Amino acid sequence: MKKGYFGEFGGQFVPETLMGELGALETAYERAKNDPAFQAELEGYLSTFAGRETPLTYCRNLSCDLGCRIYLKREDLLHGGAHKINNTLGQALLARHMGKSRIIAETGAGQHGVATAIAGAALGLPVEVYMGEVDMARQRLNVFRMELLGATVHPVRTGSRTLKDAVSEALRDWIVRPAETYYLLGSAVGPHPYPTMVRDFQCVIGQEMREQVLKVEGRLPTAVVACVGGGSNAIGTFYPLLGDDDVRLVGVEAGGEGLSTGKHGATLCAGTKGVLQGSLSYLLQDRDGQILDTHSVSAGLDYPGVGPEHSMLKDIGRAEYVAVTDDEALAAFSLLSRREGIIPALESSHAVAYAVKMAKDLDEDDIIVVTLSGRGDKDVVEVAARMGVTI
Amino acid sequence: MSRIDALFSGLERPACIAYLAGGDPDPETSLAAVRAVVDAGADIIEIGVPFTDPIADGPTIRRADNRALAAGTTPDRIFELVRAVRAGTSVPIVLMTAYTIVYVRGVDRFYREAAEAGTDGVIIPDMPPEESGDAVAAAGLYGLDQIFLVAPNTPEERLDLILEHAGGFLYLVSVQGVTGARSGLPHGIEERIAALRSRTALPIAVGFGISGPEQVRAIAAAGADGVIVGSAIVAIVEKHLGDREAMCAELKEFVAGLCGAVRDGA
Repeated sequence: MKKGYFGEFGGQFVPETLMGELGALETAYERAKNDPAFQAELEGYLSTFAGRETPLTYCRNLSCDLGCRIYLKREDLLHGGAHKINNTLGQALLARHMGKSRIIAETGAGQHGVATAIAGAALGLPVEVYMGEVDMARQRLNVFRMELLGATVHPVRTGSRTLKDAVSEALRDWIVRPAETYYLLGSAVGPHPYPTMVRDFQCVIGQEMREQVLKVEGRLPTAVVACVGGGSNAIGTFYPLLGDDDVRLVGVEAGGEGLSTGKHGATLCAGTKGVLQGSLSYLLQDRDGQILDTHSVSAGLDYPGVGPEHSMLKDIGRAEYVAVTDDEALAAFSLLSRREGIIPALESSHAVAYAVKMAKDLDEDDIIVVTLSGRGDKDVVEVAARMGVTI
Repeated sequence: MSRIDALFSGLERPACIAYLAGGDPDPETSLAAVRAVVDAGADIIEIGVPFTDPIADGPTIRRADNRALAAGTTPDRIFELVRAVRAGTSVPIVLMTAYTIVYVRGVDRFYREAAEAGTDGVIIPDMPPEESGDAVAAAGLYGLDQIFLVAPNTPEERLDLILEHAGGFLYLVSVQGVTGARSGLPHGIEERIAALRSRTALPIAVGFGISGPEQVRAIAAAGADGVIVGSAIVAIVEKHLGDREAMCAELKEFVAGLCGAVRDGA
């Protein structure tokens, strides 16, 4: 396979200004990956700062309601409230090893921005975060958290003023000041080596989960389910299970108001091949290659691209990709809160919603593990507004 | 010999290269704007094929792309524009766009249609040589020059790779950053041109951040074979959105001034 590619997907489609930087990043990452001291330092941060390992929680009530065994992999219990910290600690450590003096990042729902701000504060590196104005309005709490953590949040007022525009703006910042800047990309997207590097930092989810489920059940799950925006928590969940052919891998995308309405973020379900922000993957685009506006109740899934490795897994049929609507995700948000005492992020609610759908066709000894990528505290105000409740 | 090669081998002074966002503010006005720039004496015309999410462009060109897209500009309309310009002039025309626009149309088809319309070269800023196999093959097949960018921080070892694939001229990015007019001269440009000159026989054209005759004169004097002006020209289109006549008059005057400055600096 060509370097930096997953099948026909991936690559490095960036301006020449960044090619030298990407080369340096790849070299530094390869060195860190094989350096026991770097790995020990990262594991130390993950266990004593971020809160690994995360539990595998059996959903007693939902399992009883739905007639199969349902577990949650609890990334919502990590410091910062989401799986994002696995990646930001890894990359921030790498930035420090590379001698970079500033970190930039993009964020949609704000979780990656918060996780980057946390990692930057912990490691003593200043952080600047690009965030679309629309996302800033719907995630005010996370904007405030980033500022409390010492990060500077730059509003992005171009395009659809959401995640993709924040990514473009962060890339432009990097082009202007490449030597001192580390771009801490938040998902398994972008030019090589990001999709591989972010996957590797997130693989801890699938590795732990695989061991935990074997320990408590003595067998592997029937299916694992994870939400897919850029796809970092999903690829981190799937990757350690790719060789376990009997385990169904299910990625759940943002169906928005329905795939037929065109107002959604379901890139793998409804997209076509093209290049966006550094890599070749499935995209939501028109017939000429212009990027389409997306929609999701969840800012973290509101992205017209997806990680290139997911595109390959779709094409070779190893993973299946589906979509659930805003309304279905909101129903799952309430369901998990009421039945299990866990308020999930709206992103994760998409995965929960599909697990509920899947359960209807499974037997009582089938096992579904849902990766709960984050907690829903950040989404409570948005959900209340949708329910007509003023907080 | 390609039209671009012929131009550089016949010129005894640096070339004046003008960029316009294709279809800005609408396809019809865009044709008038390009013709005005040709009439003003530009030696090469660069036409941008608009994209919704360009990484390497600053705000001026992004606004132009948005206007063009809102007015219904598509690659088909850009090829029509090239055909219409080509009908009245032999000036070399270069298309500049994002890789995805080319990929989605089909790399071979894009180059074939571009060549049939009268295009002479293609620039794809987000296509480094590592990803350029299909494009370079198609360019060769249809007789187009594939033009590559060299950045201020391009490592020595990458230069050979770029030069291996490059045709037409080398596009030397003068400043670290995105497109957009800036005041002042890029630092160390003379040394950079000299260093490149020792490595290649290709003409070297300098672009990014060049906004007026003063800078053009200085870059020509620094030994460049061409000077590229983009955002400052696009800004004139933006200034006269409601008045095509005033737009074309100022474009002519401005580009004629740039061409004069190129000659002064030579």
